[in-house]
Amino acid sequence: MLRNVSLQVPAGATLAVLGRNGAGKSTLLRILATLLRPHAGDVLVFGEALPRRGFAVRGRLGLLGHDPLLYRDLSGRENLGYHARLHGVASERIEELLEAVGMRERGDEPVRLLSRGLVQRVAVCRAVLHAPALLLLDEPLANLDPAATELVGPLIGRGCGATRVLTSHDPQAALAEADLVLGLEDGRASFLTSPDKVDAAAVKGLYA
Amino acid sequence: MTTYGRGLRGLSLAAAATITAALALTFFYAPLDANQGFIQKIFYIHVPLAITALCGFVFGGVLGAMYLRTGERKWDIRSYVAIHMALIFGVGTLLTGTIWAKASWGHWWVWSDPTLTSFLIVMLLFATYQPLRFSIEDPERQSRYASVFAVVAGAFVPLNFIAVRAAQAYVHPRVLTLTGGNLPGSMRLTFLVALVGVALLYVTLWKYEMAAKSARMQVRALRRALLGEDSVAPLKRSAAPS
Amino acid sequence: MRTAITVLRKDLLLELRGLETLPAMILFAIVTFVIFHFGLNRDTIDGQLAGGVLTVTLLFAAMLGINRLFVAEREQGGFDAFLLAPVDRSALLVAKATALFLFLVVLEVIAVPAFGLLLLGPSLGHALPGLVAVLALGDVALAVIGTLVSAIAVQTRARDLIGPIIGLPLLLPALIGMARGAGPLLVAHGSSAPPGKWVAILALYDVVFALLSYAVFDFLLED
Repeated sequence: MLRNVSLQVPAGATLAVLGRNGAGKSTLLRILATLLRPHAGDVLVFGEALPRRGFAVRGRLGLLGHDPLLYRDLSGRENLGYHARLHGVASERIEELLEAVGMRERGDEPVRLLSRGLVQRVAVCRAVLHAPALLLLDEPLANLDPAATELVGPLIGRGCGATRVLTSHDPQAALAEADLVLGLEDGRASFLTSPDKVDAAAVKGLYA
Repeated sequence: MTTYGRGLRGLSLAAAATITAALALTFFYAPLDANQGFIQKIFYIHVPLAITALCGFVFGGVLGAMYLRTGERKWDIRSYVAIHMALIFGVGTLLTGTIWAKASWGHWWVWSDPTLTSFLIVMLLFATYQPLRFSIEDPERQSRYASVFAVVAGAFVPLNFIAVRAAQAYVHPRVLTLTGGNLPGSMRLTFLVALVGVALLYVTLWKYEMAAKSARMQVRALRRALLGEDSVAPLKRSAAPS
Repeated sequence: MRTAITVLRKDLLLELRGLETLPAMILFAIVTFVIFHFGLNRDTIDGQLAGGVLTVTLLFAAMLGINRLFVAEREQGGFDAFLLAPVDRSALLVAKATALFLFLVVLEVIAVPAFGLLLLGPSLGHALPGLVAVLALGDVALAVIGTLVSAIAVQTRARDLIGPIIGLPLLLPALIGMARGAGPLLVAHGSSAPPGKWVAILALYDVVFALLSYAVFDFLLED
């Protein structure tokens, strides 16, 4: 349950959201993704008011949450094919992305046979398939080994060109990537500043 | 918030007066039925109850559609009250109907009658309304799903009657048809008065319940505003207001 | 339309891979015929009794399919995946109802001959075209209402219970139509055309509820 959280993120910037489990990070992301309806207040994504104008923004955002959103009995390629058709994306892009995350050879195995890390790679492909201008990343590097982390970097990392809202359990890593930092505690905004002005004690307090 | 209490006293008096008039007419004015005798007089309460219940269900569907269109909570509460009031009138219909059936046909329940069967089916459907509401915790989703149900179930009522009537030869006395029925004058008058009385009763009760719920909601909102969000415990069931 | 086809393909692919629901429905129907044989203590049945038994069996087998319709969506994040796409959400209703309809057709292709073999007295030959028509109309009703009710139920707490208790009363007119439409066909020298009255009622029911479901489905998916 989120209360009185106010913020603005300029295009192309990265917002890092810090906080403990249950602080409201995932809720915030789901609201931005148009999957949850805010009970009060205004949410504007790309200038469009949610939830009313949700359909106008959906095609331009990508969500990578805890759930990979992949059907376990279908292969990586088939899953991506499904999403590609839903978003009107050409199938060549699937191959490009699978190649980029090193999953080209294993693209035809059913998802339930893949390890958690490989599933996450496919999930990254799914999230960026339609080249969204806004990426909502809920602990995107969870389950990824260093090699995989490097591979997904160009897709969802700082240089990918999209505006990003990312949550992380690792404050240091998140701060390194962010232009703006939001600290959430029990659903309330504890602080909202640029990374260089972040008070170390405040960050510690969030996780205490 | 609309004041439901306004005009309530006048409405209650009108309902009471009409029902009293209907009772008087039933017992003193309407002629004794040649075939069924005294028990036939139950018709004057049974049929109005049935008609009002069915209209109430359809009314609930319309109100549900309004909620879906506007998203305003008040329509959902109105829909809820309309349906549960209609359910009560429906139970009344089934009870009076069974009594009448036993007295005039000799059986408590008769399958071969389409009207009874249709009515039973409608009641079975709407009996699921409250369990449905109760099983959805999120209030906004509860209102939305309940409204979808109300709309579909409301549309179902006429369709169901058509289907069942086509299926069965009728035993139910066909005193009312679309062409105005074949009731003799005095019976018709009594019936109409009874119908108006029951309908007024429904509207009065609906308003009463709306007034009660609306007042409770306002009190809770005030408490919430004055004492803070957490001092107001959530209500346990059904169309839980905010 | 393209969206509906995409979702439908995905669902058919999933069923082909998993092959759980359809075999269960078929097996269930056949076992039910056996149960009826013993329950009614008859070697063969015909006429209206046969119409009723066939309808009820298909209904309960359909319930299995209905309960499973949105399970993959709920458990594997499929709802979110669909909701995030810039598509018309009613396409999900069309896709799921079509999938369910196709499952019912496959079920009937196996169950109706089985019925003819195990329980039915008169031969099916002359009755087949009329029966196909009645069952097709009935399947549309089952598919549309089944999808609607399944979508409602999947979001409630008492998931497996709410679906049938709402769906069964709602389906009653269609079920009456199916049973009464099939009954006269299943007699020894019966007609090969189903009674017009019942075909009309089934068709009316299908049209009304298909349109209504399409109109309200969107509201079930919002969040």
